[in-house]
Amino acid sequence: MSEMIDANEIRRKYLRDGMLPTIFCNGCGHGNAIDYTFWAIEELGINMDDVALASGIGCSSRIPGYINADGLHTTHGRALAFATGIKAANPDMHVIVFTGDGDCTGIGGNHFIHAARRNIDMTVILLNNFIYGMTGGQLAPTAPKGSIATTAPYGNIEQPFNISELATALGAAYVARWPIFYPYQPIKSIKEGIQTPGFALIELMSPCPTAYGRRNKLGEIDQLWAWYEQNTILIEDYEKTMRYGTEEEKAAVKEKFLIGIFQKAEKPGFFEAYDRMVKKLMANDDAKWGGGGAE
Amino acid sequence: MTITIIEDWCKGCELCINRCPTSSLEKSKDLNKKGVYPPRLKEENECNFCRLCELICPDFAITVTQEAGEERVQKQKLILGGVAR
Repeated sequence: MSEMIDANEIRRKYLRDGMLPTIFCNGCGHGNAIDYTFWAIEELGINMDDVALASGIGCSSRIPGYINADGLHTTHGRALAFATGIKAANPDMHVIVFTGDGDCTGIGGNHFIHAARRNIDMTVILLNNFIYGMTGGQLAPTAPKGSIATTAPYGNIEQPFNISELATALGAAYVARWPIFYPYQPIKSIKEGIQTPGFALIELMSPCPTAYGRRNKLGEIDQLWAWYEQNTILIEDYEKTMRYGTEEEKAAVKEKFLIGIFQKAEKPGFFEAYDRMVKKLMANDDAKWGGGGAE
Repeated sequence: MTITIIEDWCKGCELCINRCPTSSLEKSKDLNKKGVYPPRLKEENECNFCRLCELICPDFAITVTQEAGEERVQKQKLILGGVAR
C-alpha cells in the first residue's frame, strides 16, 4: 500500500464537513469502520455519486451521516429492506449498508435472513459490539454467554447468534469477520465485498467500552481491545488445532471467535438473475401474455 | 516526515500510543478542547511510516505524510535473531 494517498485528502474527499468529531464514545471502533470503508472505496476508485448508503438505528447507523454520499437513515432493523429498494430502483448503484448487531440480527433478523438468502447485491458492514449501545446497554442477541447487560444483570443464559455462520449457511456470496483493529484485512474484505456480485457481509467486531466493556469488567480501552485479540482465532488456525492439537488446546480454542473469510462464492446476485429472466422472456415474447408461453 | 494531529478531534483513547510498533508517540503536555492529552511525535523517534496510527485512529485525527524521496528510518540496534527495542 505504498502508493496510498494522504489521509488529509481522504478526509477532504469523503467526510461530510462540519460533522466531526464523531459522537462515538472514546475507544469505540465504529470510527475505524468509516476509515476502512474510505480506503476501500479509494482503492477501488469508485465515484461517490455511484454509492448509496443505508442504515437503521443505533450507534453504527450514525455512520452515513459522516460520509459525503447519498444515504438513508431508516427505521430500526429495516436498513436491508430499504437497501433492497435502492438496488431495485437503480441496479448500477453500489449499495453499502452500515448496521449493528442489534439492528440487523435482533430487530431486523428476518430482513437479514432473506436478504442473504436471496443474494441481493449489496455490501453489509455489520458492526458487532455484543450490545445495544445507544439505548443503554440492553442484551443483544449476539452477546456471548455470561455477558452482563442492563436486561441481564446476572449474566446472559441464551445461546448467542453467530452472524457470519448464519450468513454462510444461507448462501451469501461473501462472508468475512474481522476484529476492527486489524486495518488491512477489513479494507481488503470491504473491497472484495463491493466487487462481489451478490450479498456480501463483513462483520467487524467493534469494542464498546461504555456499554459492554464497563459492565463486563473488561478493563480500560487498551485492555478491551486486547481482549478481542486474545479471544479470536483465524479459521485456518482453528482447523489446524482441531486436527492436530492436544485436548487442552482444542478446549481452549473452542471458546474463541473465529475470524477470517467464511465464504467466497461466485454466483449471480438477485437482480442479475432477474434481469436475465426478463431478457429471456422478452426475447420469447412471452411477457406479453403474462408468462406461460404463447404458441 | 511529519505526523499531523488534529488535536481537537482526539478523544484520548491512546490506542495510537499503545499500539505504535516503534513507540514513537507520546502524550503531549497540553490539554485539548475535550480535556484530554492528544498524542504527539517524540522528538527522538524511530517512526518508519507504517501508518498504523493513521488507520487505527477512530477519530480521523492523525495524518502521516511522507515527503517525496524520503527514506525509511532503519532500525540500528540489530541483534542476533531479532530486533532490540
